[in-house]
This record gives sequence, structure tokens and C-alpha cells, in this order.
Amino acid sequence: MNRKTEKKVVKRRILSNKKVAEDHYVMKIEAPRIARDFSPGQFVAVKAREKVTDPLIRIPLGIHRTRGKGLELLYKVVGPGTALLSAKKTGEKIDMLGPLGNGFDLSPLTAAGKKTAVIVAGGHGIAPLYPLAEITAKKAERTEFFIGTDTKDHVVRAEELKKLGIRVHIATEDGSRGFKGYVTELLKKQLKRTTKHETRTTLYACGPRPMLAALAEIAGEMKISGQVSLDAYMACGIGACLGCAIRTVDGYKLVCKDGPVFDVHEIDWKRALRE
Amino acid sequence: MDLKIKIGKITFKNPVWVASGTFGYGKEFEDFLDLGSVGAVITKTLTLNAREGNPPPRIVETPSGLLNSIGLENQGIDHFIREYWPFLKKIGTKVIISITGTGREEFVRCAERIAGEIRPDAVEINLSCPNVTHRGTRFRLMAQDPVTTGKVITAVRKRIGCPVIAKLTPDVTDITVVARAAESAGADAVSLVNTYPAMAVDAEEMRPVLGNMTGGLSGPAIKPMALKAVWDVYNSVKVPVIGIGGVMTGKDCAEFVLCGARAVQVGTANLADPVAYARILDEFTAYLKKKKIKKIKDLVGRLGT
Repeated sequence: MNRKTEKKVVKRRILSNKKVAEDHYVMKIEAPRIARDFSPGQFVAVKAREKVTDPLIRIPLGIHRTRGKGLELLYKVVGPGTALLSAKKTGEKIDMLGPLGNGFDLSPLTAAGKKTAVIVAGGHGIAPLYPLAEITAKKAERTEFFIGTDTKDHVVRAEELKKLGIRVHIATEDGSRGFKGYVTELLKKQLKRTTKHETRTTLYACGPRPMLAALAEIAGEMKISGQVSLDAYMACGIGACLGCAIRTVDGYKLVCKDGPVFDVHEIDWKRALRE
Repeated sequence: MDLKIKIGKITFKNPVWVASGTFGYGKEFEDFLDLGSVGAVITKTLTLNAREGNPPPRIVETPSGLLNSIGLENQGIDHFIREYWPFLKKIGTKVIISITGTGREEFVRCAERIAGEIRPDAVEINLSCPNVTHRGTRFRLMAQDPVTTGKVITAVRKRIGCPVIAKLTPDVTDITVVARAAESAGADAVSLVNTYPAMAVDAEEMRPVLGNMTGGLSGPAIKPMALKAVWDVYNSVKVPVIGIGGVMTGKDCAEFVLCGARAVQVGTANLADPVAYARILDEFTAYLKKKKIKKIKDLVGRLGT
């Protein structure tokens, strides 16, 4: 699945940059090459501002969707860099490095007997999972999409996902929409009820590390295979600085180059949570 | 315009190099740059045996700076010689191998491995990574101790034919003392500065941001301090000084050269932008043209004249 698209630094026009929920924005960039060739799970690294020394390094963002020649990035304003991004106007150009990293492996869905995709998105971790769902909606027998956020105002893309013909389950920590509690609790309940043949199920997830660690535990208990996309402090994005190390069962690996998608059972979660 | 410079007997095509630890082993940048255009590629620092590196988070941005505690992760010098050297020796420019050790013996054994197997254009002795602790000195880092610095340089010098560059830490009372010790021991050049020891704190979580608690600060934030260190050392030694610290533009290169640097190293800029090097070299060349500088040496240390 991971077509090798040459990673490049490009300057591309912003087609739109809209708020889609509280603190959440979608920037659409004219980038036909990446839009055509990327694999869900891959990311780009953008400059919030050019020709200044602060911010200094790029912001890594999971590729969200493609619409025609437009590449969409869904991001949450979490600091000064993303705040600058949210202020960018249509027609401005943005400096973008990508596509970077390896996307999700879809082969378990086409392998004999493994036909259900369970996708779990925590917060803006939904960004790289939406394009994955667009594919599993067609390829998998069944897709169950779980969205977990702190509150209802941070739930994005639920309606669009339903239109893809997949089942959407929502959990909010404050109970303002759907199940009250963590999405992992909701998932556990649902899996116990509906999943009779765990070997047919593949789990895909992106979100905060504690959520991913909880999923790893569930996947372990239920003997489900799965893949997670990780976020990390990152500088170069191309495997040069060794900054974005993550502890795996085979020692440190790099989120930017070896990931950001990893086998859920490959990560040393005990240390990944602490480190 | 003549961009060539000499360190020891080696001639470099231009004085704008890439700093150790910010350019991998060159291969990581081949999609982005003509590696042959780079003045010199300095490898990520190598140790005798593989090193796992420090616990993450290892890197975080600070105002106009980058704080890291990678911890010299590398797969060891033999792996480098096997896997990366065949590529590097063909990139069409000078290659400098950066080595370190926890004690003098490891530096010596690295030097012996290099001398026995390959012929790099120079060796940079990293005496100054703030993310490790050295043995055989009463200081944390060898480059804080003029006596140990001298001993390591002498020992490496004896075993290697190519130019030897001593990379120094700014975390000392007087960097000129260590620079003079390196010179006396036979270093062909000194490069400075390595990163400044520094911290970042997460007040919300009430803990250090870096997994290793402290790290080394690089980037534009340290440039004024690096310029001062280069200026001081330039006025204290006869060997060439190589300037490092927050070079992001051609003008930054000029500032270092004016302070006495014969060459400069681009570091953090490579991590912010893998195509930065080409722009910086172009900008520096344009500066020299505008100022009608025919030879680099006409600019070196000109601040003092």
C-alpha cells in the first residue's frame, strides 16, 4: 500500500483555511502530487511562518483528506505555531515538506478471513483516520468508527463518516454527546458484544498516548491485531536528527521514518507512556 | 570569486559546511540537496560501539532555539564504515568524520578503526556533547578540561594522518584556554561552539520537557554568544577557527567569518528545512559578491582591522 512518493519541499497555495469546530481547523492546500499519491497515515511538515526564527521548526500534521487537487490538513490549535497556522489566509503560500513516513497497512483487510476495520480516533487524532475510513468503507466488510473527545464541540467529521456508510460511535468525557467516558471503555463494551471472531478484526487508531496504550491492552486481551499512528516531538521529519525516538520491543525507532504508524504490539507502552 | 579554503593540507571547495548531528550521514539529505555542493559534510558523531541514546522526549523547540538530548545515538563506527562510508566517499565533496568516546581510550580506538579502514578528509573530535559524561577528567566534559583535551588530541593525532579538528564547548569559564590547549596538542583547527547546556520545563505538568531532564541548546538563540566565542578564540590561536551556532542565512555566515571563522557549519537550519543549505550558500556567495570580496581570507577576522 505504501507507494513511495518522493518527499520534497514545496511552496503551495492555500485554497481555504476554515474553522470546523472549537479550536479545530481544516486547511486546504493546492498540492495535486501529494493529494494523488499519499497513503493514509502519512504526514507533511509545514512552516507556520517563513523567514523568521520563531517558530523555528516545522509542524508535523497528518494528511487528512483530498478533495480534487486539494490536500486537507485538519489541526487543533494547541500552541503558538498552530495559532499562526489558523490565521493564514486563502491565497497565501505555505512551505510544506512531504509526504513523510509510512501509512497504515491495509493488507489485513484484504487477507482471507480478516474483514472488519475498527477505527478509534482520539481528539484531533481523527485527522489521518478519515482517509483510512474512506478506503475501508469500500474494502472492508464492515467498518466501526469510534470517536472520543473531551466534549461535544470537539467532535468532527462524524456526519461525513456516516455518509460513507460506516457505523460511528461517539464518546465524550463530559457526556455531552454519546457515551459518557473514555472512548476505550465504549470500545471495550462494543467489542465484547459484537465481535465474535476477533481474528477477523483489525484495529486502527490515532490519538493521545494513554488512549493508545489502553487500546493496546484491549487488543492484547482480545487477540486483535492493530496499528497505531503516533505523535512525537519532532524536528527534521526525515530521520536525520533522531529526535522523535519511540521505545519499541526492538529498541528505539523513529516516529518520522519508521512510523508514524506502528504495530500496536510493537510499542513498549509502559515506557512510551513515561517517556 | 574564490570560495576555497584550506585546513591543514586539505582544500575545501567552500567554507560553508554542515554540522555534526544535523545532517545524519548525508544520505538523509540526498533527495533535497546536491551533496557535492556542500563545503564539507560532517557525520553524526560516532562511537566505538553502538549507543542507544537518551530516553525521549529528545527534542523540543524553545524561543528561536532547539533543545536536544539525543545522547549520541549511533550504531558504532564499524557499522558506519560498512553501511555509510561507501556512499559518503562518492558524494563529491569533503567528508569529515565526527568521533567521540567516554574516555581517552575510546577516542584512540575510534581513530585506529578509521586509520585502518578508510581515508576521511578530516576528523572532528567531539569533546563537548553536553548530553554525555566523560571519564578520565574531573570535569563533566573533556572540553572543559584543557589538560585532558590536550591528551586526547595528542593521542588521536598520533594515529591519524588527516587534519584533526577539536570541537569545543562554550560551557567553560574561558574557552580560549581550552582552544590553546587543543592547538598546542596538535589540533589542525578548532570548531566552536557545541550546544549550550539548557533546560525546558512544562509548568502545566510540573516536569522537565526532555526525558533526560537537560539538553543542549542550538539555533539562532545562541548565535550572539557563539560569535563572541569565535571572536575570542580567533584572537588567541593561530590555527583556523570554524564557527558554529545558529547559522540560518548567508549573513550569519558572514558574521562568523568577520569574527574570525575560516569556515562555518550550518546546523539547526538543516533540521528546520532540509533545503536550507543551498539557500544559505547562495546568500553568502551573493554577500561576498556585493562586498567585492575576492577571497574568503580577505574577510576572515576583518572585524578587528
